[in-house]
Amino acid sequence: MLTHTLSGIGSVAGEGGFQTPGVEAFWWPLIGEGAMAFTRPALVLLLSVGMIAWFFAGTARLSVVPTKRQFMVEGVYNFVRNTIGRDIIGSKDFIQFLPLLLTLFSLILLNNVFGILPFIQYPTMSRLGVPLVLTLIVYIVYHTVAIRRKHGVLPYLKSLVPPGLPGWLKPILFVLEFLTYFLIRPLTLALRLMGNMLAGHLMLLVFILGGEYLLLHGENLFLNFSGILAFGFSIGMSFFELLIEFLQAFIFTLLAALYISDAVSEHH
Amino acid sequence: MTGDIAYLGYGLAAIGPGIGVGLIFAAYINGVARQPEARGMLQTIAFTGMAITEALAILGLVFAFVFQG
Repeated sequence: MLTHTLSGIGSVAGEGGFQTPGVEAFWWPLIGEGAMAFTRPALVLLLSVGMIAWFFAGTARLSVVPTKRQFMVEGVYNFVRNTIGRDIIGSKDFIQFLPLLLTLFSLILLNNVFGILPFIQYPTMSRLGVPLVLTLIVYIVYHTVAIRRKHGVLPYLKSLVPPGLPGWLKPILFVLEFLTYFLIRPLTLALRLMGNMLAGHLMLLVFILGGEYLLLHGENLFLNFSGILAFGFSIGMSFFELLIEFLQAFIFTLLAALYISDAVSEHH
Repeated sequence: MTGDIAYLGYGLAAIGPGIGVGLIFAAYINGVARQPEARGMLQTIAFTGMAITEALAILGLVFAFVFQG
């Protein structure tokens, strides 16, 4: 698979030099082709769902002295519950949204880490479809909650404009707030995750494939040596990616919680 | 040298949001340093501001893909 990767998407020696890897490196049909193909991200996503199910199945038999797995499950749960759920949504309402937040966090985190995990090495979230579906769920949840809390669609739309404004400012602000709530927020939520994963993985590809090209096809010793340097850099960048991957999972869940807390709050 | 000017445009478009996000987190760190117990409240505000500021950079990324080629 590795040799296929190297020859398939990156530098093809003897064909007019180095080809920079692009977005097309992320299209990996495994079975079939076209829109209905079973692709590599689909396989990785299924794998991650299975792994998360196995991971949380560790809570089926709880013991007072926790096993290693129970300790890890409790760590993830406590992090989402306290840092994201309770602090952002507030201790009154957060418990009913906790399953959603925990699912989002664990799914995104595991899929992001798959981006640099050897032999899997595919960030599922770099395909826009996956974060878009996750965002759609969040979108439906926070609008439904807001409409319920404000007793109807019209009061909800009315509550978008903060009270106490001069009359001529209200329509302008309504348009801005409407765009923010219904278009900008969901779009940026999905695109932030997708953009970060795509750009990070692409950067690693450039470093590794460029390093390989310089090392094997470089014209002189200096270029060969800089190829080794690029490889070293790619290792450092992988650790940087690990940080970004965790941060993006955290930010996605945090913003989802933030939008929900906006919906459940009485004021505004 | 060949390439796509859309990517250059995106690089330029990312300058503003980059400065903006930096300012937001600088203010957040300042605030927490002055009053550590306000961390939770400031965190919410900081991340809301970051989400709005970063939106410009993200829209720029999308337009770079839309207008390429």
